Amino acid sequence: MWQWFHKLGSPKWFFGIAGRLMPWLGWSALIVLTAGVVWGLLFAPADYQQGDSYRIIFIHVPSAYLGQSLYVAMAVAGVVGLVWRMKMADTFIASATAVGAAMTFLALLTGAVWGKPTWGTWWVWDARLTSMLLLLFLYLGVMALRGAMEDPDVRARASAILVIVGVVNIPIIKYSVEWWNTLHQPATIKVTEAPSMPASMWVPLLICLLGFHLLVAWLILWRMRNDILLRERRARWVRDWVLAQ
Amino acid sequence: MRSEPRVPVRLQEQESGWPRAAVETVRREWLIAFRNRQDLMNPLVFFVLIVSLFPLGVSPEPEFLRQAGPGIVWVAALLSILLSLNLLFRNDYADGHLEQWVLSPQPLALLALARVAAVWVTTVLPLVLLVPVLAVMLHLSPGTGLVLVLTLLVGTPVLVLVGAIGAALTVSLRGSGVLLVLIMTPFYVPVLIFGTGAVTAAVEGASITGHLALLGAMLSLAVVLAPLAIAGALRISVSNG
Repeated sequence: MWQWFHKLGSPKWFFGIAGRLMPWLGWSALIVLTAGVVWGLLFAPADYQQGDSYRIIFIHVPSAYLGQSLYVAMAVAGVVGLVWRMKMADTFIASATAVGAAMTFLALLTGAVWGKPTWGTWWVWDARLTSMLLLLFLYLGVMALRGAMEDPDVRARASAILVIVGVVNIPIIKYSVEWWNTLHQPATIKVTEAPSMPASMWVPLLICLLGFHLLVAWLILWRMRNDILLRERRARWVRDWVLAQ
Repeated sequence: MRSEPRVPVRLQEQESGWPRAAVETVRREWLIAFRNRQDLMNPLVFFVLIVSLFPLGVSPEPEFLRQAGPGIVWVAALLSILLSLNLLFRNDYADGHLEQWVLSPQPLALLALARVAAVWVTTVLPLVLLVPVLAVMLHLSPGTGLVLVLTLLVGTPVLVLVGAIGAALTVSLRGSGVLLVLIMTPFYVPVLIFGTGAVTAAVEGASITGHLALLGAMLSLAVVLAPLAIAGALRISVSNG
């Protein structure tokens, strides 16, 4: 266990293992996502109330889920990076920030597209929409801070602190926004929850969720490998690897 | 350049000297503040300017102002705090004072807390004291104005403490004013929500203790945790130089 943990600190080892994992992840992501999306869009039954418009759920829910969980994963990496000074932790934060921001943006976008036919409006200041918007701002803040710093070591530690402060604040922000909405006004438009979906709907949703996870893992590994090459560009093994290509 | 008073800050004393170090930190901050009175005025003027833009830009109707006034005051306070926080550690970073802080045997988190407390008294408290005047100009009832002052008294220390983390992270970067606003504004949302929420509740005749208790909870959390994050961020920024 600990040996594995120590190896994780070595960019060269990680680069190799990620390179071997990536084809598996990439192809399985393609297969699983295709299966889930085709099933969800073509074969799952239409909703009795929302008709076919609900089918965006197969993109919306996985992206929203990943947008939130990636930030927590980044905070875990931030703690690992601060405590053990592990280079790979910062490489993960660097790679996951953009992917997480993209997922959050995708969730907001699909939510708006979904909102138009179901609620009759693109945007509501609903608690969940607002907290997702704030999450997007948190991601953009991390990106802005990283962009402004040049020294890699300082950048790593500063963004780790910001991400950890952010994850402490996420529950506070989430609950305050929820209470704000319930305190301010009786909800005029409610997110119509899908109560007790039939299996023909949630099975493809689960498949899409798995497919998104595989896709995000593949994307992050891909970005991490690029990041490693850039950071270790002066190392001999990188030169050897590039020449071998 | 600010004129730096010669205050004997005995930071290098033995570890038991931390209460003294905290007091000296506060004293030094106040001396600097009162010898540069213009710096004290700027956030205040900014605050009043922002508030006065809303009647001009949206509507001077008393009905509108009564409804939007508390939110306007809160947003203006939030912005002027963010603006003045940009300078929080700037001069100390430039003249090497922060390095002495980091090197001293005193707990850095405590010095940071003392510093933040001193800054709150010199730059934010005057702003809160100005609110009753603005409340009259915004046609708020005396009771509403009082509640507004109360929420600002509990809420603004949280803003300063949390914002100081961002100020410490960005102190070594050039032109970090916009960056600080960008990073820190999402963290200010809960305070804003409960601060204005309390005033709205008071207007509607509901109890405000719930909102104030939540603001107080955030304040106690920030007092305990934020100094640690500020200290960590300061160490990083100093090692950057």
